[in-house]
Amino acid sequence: MAKVWVFSEVHNGKVDSTALEILTRARELEGAEVEAVALGPGATEAAGPLGEHGAAVVYASDDDVYGDYVAQPATEALYQLIQEHSPELVLFAANYDSRDVAGRLSAKTGSTLMSNVSVIHDLNTVQHAMFGGTTLIDVTLEGSPKLVLVRPKSFEAVPSGGQAEVVKVEVTIGEELKKAERLERHEEATTGPKLEEAPVVISGGRGLQDPGNFELLDQLASSIGNTAVGATRAVVDSGWVPYAMQIGQTGTTVKPNVYLAFGISGATQHIVGMKGAKKIVAVNKDEEAPIFQIADLGIVGDALKILPQLIEEVKSRKG
Amino acid sequence: MNIAVCVKHIPDPNLPGELVGERLKREGVQGVLDPGDEFGVEAGLQLKEAHGGEVTLVSMGPSSALEAVRRGLSMGADKGVLVTDDTLRGADALTTARVLAAAITKAGEFDLVIAGVESTDGYTGTMPSTLAEFLGVPQLTFVKRLEGAEDSIKVDRQTAEGYHIVESPLPALISVTAGVNEPRYASFKGIMAAKKKPVEQWSLADLELSSDDVTVNQSVSNIGKAEERQAGEVVEDDGSGAARIADFLKEAKVI
Repeated sequence: MAKVWVFSEVHNGKVDSTALEILTRARELEGAEVEAVALGPGATEAAGPLGEHGAAVVYASDDDVYGDYVAQPATEALYQLIQEHSPELVLFAANYDSRDVAGRLSAKTGSTLMSNVSVIHDLNTVQHAMFGGTTLIDVTLEGSPKLVLVRPKSFEAVPSGGQAEVVKVEVTIGEELKKAERLERHEEATTGPKLEEAPVVISGGRGLQDPGNFELLDQLASSIGNTAVGATRAVVDSGWVPYAMQIGQTGTTVKPNVYLAFGISGATQHIVGMKGAKKIVAVNKDEEAPIFQIADLGIVGDALKILPQLIEEVKSRKG
Repeated sequence: MNIAVCVKHIPDPNLPGELVGERLKREGVQGVLDPGDEFGVEAGLQLKEAHGGEVTLVSMGPSSALEAVRRGLSMGADKGVLVTDDTLRGADALTTARVLAAAITKAGEFDLVIAGVESTDGYTGTMPSTLAEFLGVPQLTFVKRLEGAEDSIKVDRQTAEGYHIVESPLPALISVTAGVNEPRYASFKGIMAAKKKPVEQWSLADLELSSDDVTVNQSVSNIGKAEERQAGEVVEDDGSGAARIADFLKEAKVI
């Protein structure tokens, strides 16, 4: 048996959902002995869901140092645990904090870090996506530990009803690793369902021309119901809407039943985060926009003209 | 404040990407300075303007990558370093970070290293934190806003739910998003001045690295095209576009 580890972020005492997705896949791998590592306040509690999704052991520490300082303390603890237990494969969610820890760990261990992975074939072979997922490459990793960053929503999280043994992590973190300190945490409140869970997602890009026009997306969302509103990186970077609304490679990955894109051209960075949608509808003025190549229904037209009409059409159909 | 900015020369992102064997095709392809790196150069220039010091561009790539370094110099950076070596073809993020760390260390003492959050062509987004570990400095990634002082830096770091304010003493590394600033255009004067600015070209041997240091421990077993989503119907809006979408939503049973 080979040890396969899943590194799990813990936020506000809650375990990261991508870690549960990865665990669900990891426990199916032949010859894998699945364990998880959770560091920071709430880690011990996180052992519950991690165990239910397949981790036999959870190495946990509730020490504030892992939440207060970015990446360096977690990297050090994980590195020491790896030295002690020699896992064959360490899987990380491609989320903000894990990406930093995995990157640093790659330098410390000298292991290649394989990114943009959404398929794990076996203990040594993963599928790496290029060009926004149009080209898929099977990569065989050598050496140990193998480090892999898995994209969110690659697998569905399904509990198996297990229970994890909790092993307390006791690592001394030196002062030299307490540098990048989190002073304040700001959560941007969003109303309605969460982007990653909503069955319908409406999203806007530069084509909406003005931040005020996002109001139209909100109106359409409330007329459809149970619908979340997102945006492209370009729009978020311009400060039109909060970061929390960003859909794409950086930002949230969504897999709704229906995705409605308004004024979005379809840059690779955006497509990566939404191409898993069951149905895609796109409205764009430019008939050459790449988004039309993946849309089930494409309307070449002005989003600002169509949106108010669509709100009325939806209302009348719902009676 | 002495600043090193990592820059990458990439195939023009407006052209479709191509593979040669198992590597990204770079030779004979129209190249540009990665648009994401322009924000890093701009951030470096603004910090220099506020605190003095020098901005050094550091890059790795074939000699054609000089073009990207020149472009950053024409924006106003002071000097450049390009690491070129045949053994570096197909280098992964780990190798790239190791080489850039050696180049940055050789180029001088730095207070701050700046990179883009992810390259436009490879988009792994892990190189900056690997580089920070090699340099032994903290990393502040996904920076949306930054405030530099003489001996510290304070940033807004993007998170899934919003942002965190993170502060670190220098030296440190930051990776910047496109939201951090508005990159300046290179003026004609800047372009002319860039031609005279010093650019060092180093090989692996100059960095005291051997080919063993840059061995990649992975191999490609299969390359395939993803099953493509079929493009559906694309129609011109003749006034019935909204009704078409509403019908589609009804059929998909979401209304």
